[in-house]
Amino acid sequence: MTDKTVSLPEERRHGSFIKNNLRNYGMLMSLVAIMLFFQVVTGGTLLQPLNLTNLVLQNSYIVIMALGMLLVIVTGHIDLSVGSVAGFIGAVAAVLMVTYKVDYTLAFIACLLVGAAIGAAQGYWVAYFKIPSFIVTLAGMLVFKGLALAVLQGQSLGPFPPTFQKLSSGFIPELLPEAGTLHPTSMLIGAVLALALVYASAKSRSREQSHGIEVEPYAFFLGKSVVLACAVLYFTYLIASHRGLPNVLVIMSALIALYGFVTRRTVIGRQIYAVGGNAKAAKLSGIKTERLTFFTFVNMGVLAALAGLVFAARLNTATPKAGLGFELDVIAACFIGGASAYGGVGRVGGAVVGAMIMGVMNNGMSILGIGIDYQQVIKGLVLLGAVCIDVYNQRR
Amino acid sequence: MTAMLEMRNVSKSFAGVQALRDVNFSVQAGQIHALVGENGAGKSTLMKVLSGVYPHGSYEGTIVFDGEERRFRDINDSEALGIIIIHQELALIPLMSIAENIFLSHPPSKLGVIDRDEVYRRTRELLAQVGLRESPDTLITDLGVGKQQLVEIAKALSKRVRMLILDEPTASLNEADSAALLDRLMTFREQGIGSILISHKLNEVARVADHITVLRDGRTVDSIDCRAEPVEEDRIIRSMVNRDLAHRFPERSATIGEPVLEIANWSVYHPIHPERQVIKNVNFSVKRGEVVGIAGLMGAGRTEFAMSLFGRSWGANISGHLRLEGREMVLPSVAAAIDAGLAYVTEDRKQLGLILADDVRKNITLASLDQVAPSRVIDDIAELRIASDYRNRMRIRCSDVYQETGQLSGGNQQKVVLSKWLMTDPKVLILDEPTRGIDVGAKYEIYCIINELAEAGRGVVVISSEMPELLGICDRICVMNDGAFVGEFPGGEATQEKIMRAIMRNDRNYGSGVPEAAEMGGSQP
Repeated sequence: MTDKTVSLPEERRHGSFIKNNLRNYGMLMSLVAIMLFFQVVTGGTLLQPLNLTNLVLQNSYIVIMALGMLLVIVTGHIDLSVGSVAGFIGAVAAVLMVTYKVDYTLAFIACLLVGAAIGAAQGYWVAYFKIPSFIVTLAGMLVFKGLALAVLQGQSLGPFPPTFQKLSSGFIPELLPEAGTLHPTSMLIGAVLALALVYASAKSRSREQSHGIEVEPYAFFLGKSVVLACAVLYFTYLIASHRGLPNVLVIMSALIALYGFVTRRTVIGRQIYAVGGNAKAAKLSGIKTERLTFFTFVNMGVLAALAGLVFAARLNTATPKAGLGFELDVIAACFIGGASAYGGVGRVGGAVVGAMIMGVMNNGMSILGIGIDYQQVIKGLVLLGAVCIDVYNQRR
Repeated sequence: MTAMLEMRNVSKSFAGVQALRDVNFSVQAGQIHALVGENGAGKSTLMKVLSGVYPHGSYEGTIVFDGEERRFRDINDSEALGIIIIHQELALIPLMSIAENIFLSHPPSKLGVIDRDEVYRRTRELLAQVGLRESPDTLITDLGVGKQQLVEIAKALSKRVRMLILDEPTASLNEADSAALLDRLMTFREQGIGSILISHKLNEVARVADHITVLRDGRTVDSIDCRAEPVEEDRIIRSMVNRDLAHRFPERSATIGEPVLEIANWSVYHPIHPERQVIKNVNFSVKRGEVVGIAGLMGAGRTEFAMSLFGRSWGANISGHLRLEGREMVLPSVAAAIDAGLAYVTEDRKQLGLILADDVRKNITLASLDQVAPSRVIDDIAELRIASDYRNRMRIRCSDVYQETGQLSGGNQQKVVLSKWLMTDPKVLILDEPTRGIDVGAKYEIYCIINELAEAGRGVVVISSEMPELLGICDRICVMNDGAFVGEFPGGEATQEKIMRAIMRNDRNYGSGVPEAAEMGGSQP
């Protein structure tokens, strides 16, 4: 095998670099294409500030759960119970805050702890008892759907205290004088974020370069940074011209950054991928595979609880039907985002993009007035198609 | 008497490795023909050629059966002529009954509906023929391995067998079951059925065989007509192992120090069959700078012994004393074993050693992430530097350390696994079949690495089924058989004959006190 870093002509290096990275960016490009498509066919409605804000609010809980689901799928498992758990936690939150008038911070923390306990209970059977996760969480799905009904006694319960509602329907406070319809604080945050992203990637590139590591070609890097910065700026501009950044978008972004970091850069992240890639080899390398599997389920429980709270706050009421079918969207988001059903493969960015593809399609088709029946057909076909393309790419 | 089966000048190679060269082999009706040889001598390959697993055209030479040249396309063609092979790993379905297993592929039926009366009637007949007194309804999982073996033979008889091939049929049987099976073979001989018996147990071979063929490195090296001349075990062993060892191993000058790993009275039980003692109160030690070999046949318990030491990663009810550098240690987990300075390089690098979908770098650092991750966040530059360093030192041939390990050759994959364990800076390395499936050049490199490890003052244990390899690289060779050490030779004094004899001598006593136990892994109650 020849050493390819040595002396390839510049053009060929660019060519092979783009080819190698096409797979990583393939889904992102699909998202852009889908957005452009709906932007055109809806006559520009999709990217109107109001609609875009709604799009974020509507999909936040799917994205939040997809982060946890990605880890579960990477370890080679699945969690079918997340929708029911989210619904159940919403019900618990309503009972605590509405019926018993518990302070909303306290109730919030209690709900997250209940979520962790549910995750621990399911993870215990999967990790230490080696019961297939499909079965454990199928049972969990039934159990928590039933418990949600029981807790609410079949009735809807609301409304929530106004401060709690702010979790989903609130926007970050405006600290600067307003300029027309534009919210300057949000715009400022977006600009800072764009700069920070470009600065961080430039710094990491020069650091790698100084250690003699092959980096992406400069033109490619520059183009990527400009596109990224512009996309962030344009997106914040749109959001800022409605009511500013929604609180839940801030939470979501922080979580995406956190999970992206954990999966890519930390020991625990590396070990989770190792368990999914080859559990036996990981175990013989000193990794505590059972504990990690257990942990991914606890984590999933907490995120499902958070998603349940966000959803309840958004509806401003807890209903027995909340969370119905969420698990399917969440799992689909991970697989569309390139996660492997066999474990060991999958990226946080992919899962987020997958969730947004599902969200944009839901939203776009609703604007077009396509009935819920054909929406499901189309979403199903997109899921199958995305996974087919991925499998085909890996075989090549 | 003309031969029922004749294989003429059969040659077969795999990707440049010659597995069979010009092998001639013939079996007459009513003859038991034993095929012996070391692991990898080509016995199984020859039988796969015969049974059509390797179809006509993928080998050279001719197969003549009943006086006609045969060109089998697959195993169905050979079965149609009554050539039936029974593999070492039995091909029975544990949760189906005896009758269902026997008539799995072509059950007697009327209009597509299975004729149950006929199935039972014929099953009873067949079971009587093989001397198995069980109801046709009994599930396979409820039978011991010996009886399962008989069911396999009954299944072969149901296909009107004319040539029965048995691959190590008694490897997992106790003495009584082995004797019963061999008696059965002798009655088949009277019925004119030809048998090919592959076995490591020379005493059994001597007892029943009419003819013995010895294979070595894919060639026929000896052929003994047992009725014309006496069977000398020494002659067979010499034929099996004799070969030139010069220049296949690097020079070695050992400086051996204090004992670094000492094992006393180590005992391990089977995790699924808790009454079976797999490792029987053994003692073992390695010194600093010493390369100790563990010889033995497959299934002798060597891997189980090594893995039970390595943080109890195999076995149940483990007891005994483990001392590292003179200090008594308890290593309840793999992580503890790694911390204490043990490393175990598995015999199955694809299933147990590597994460094939991950790159070289991630595989190398997997067991020592702490070194590249102060405060649990991975320093990717440090990681890259360490991985590249190992790549250069071990001469791992890959495009860069970001290449997937699944794309590398066997030798380079093994170097990645070795790098992973070197990075943990172990005091003792246990290498289990370190050169399995690796070409000759890469083997030499691995031997050099083993020498370097010993020179650096580490204790090295090499488990290998290739005796020349152990003779070439070890300072001391321990022979394991049936879960116990049955011989020990200093490197200079060991010969293949001595090792083989230690194993064979012990095999004669095999079965004393071993309870019959179902060995079907994974069969659940």
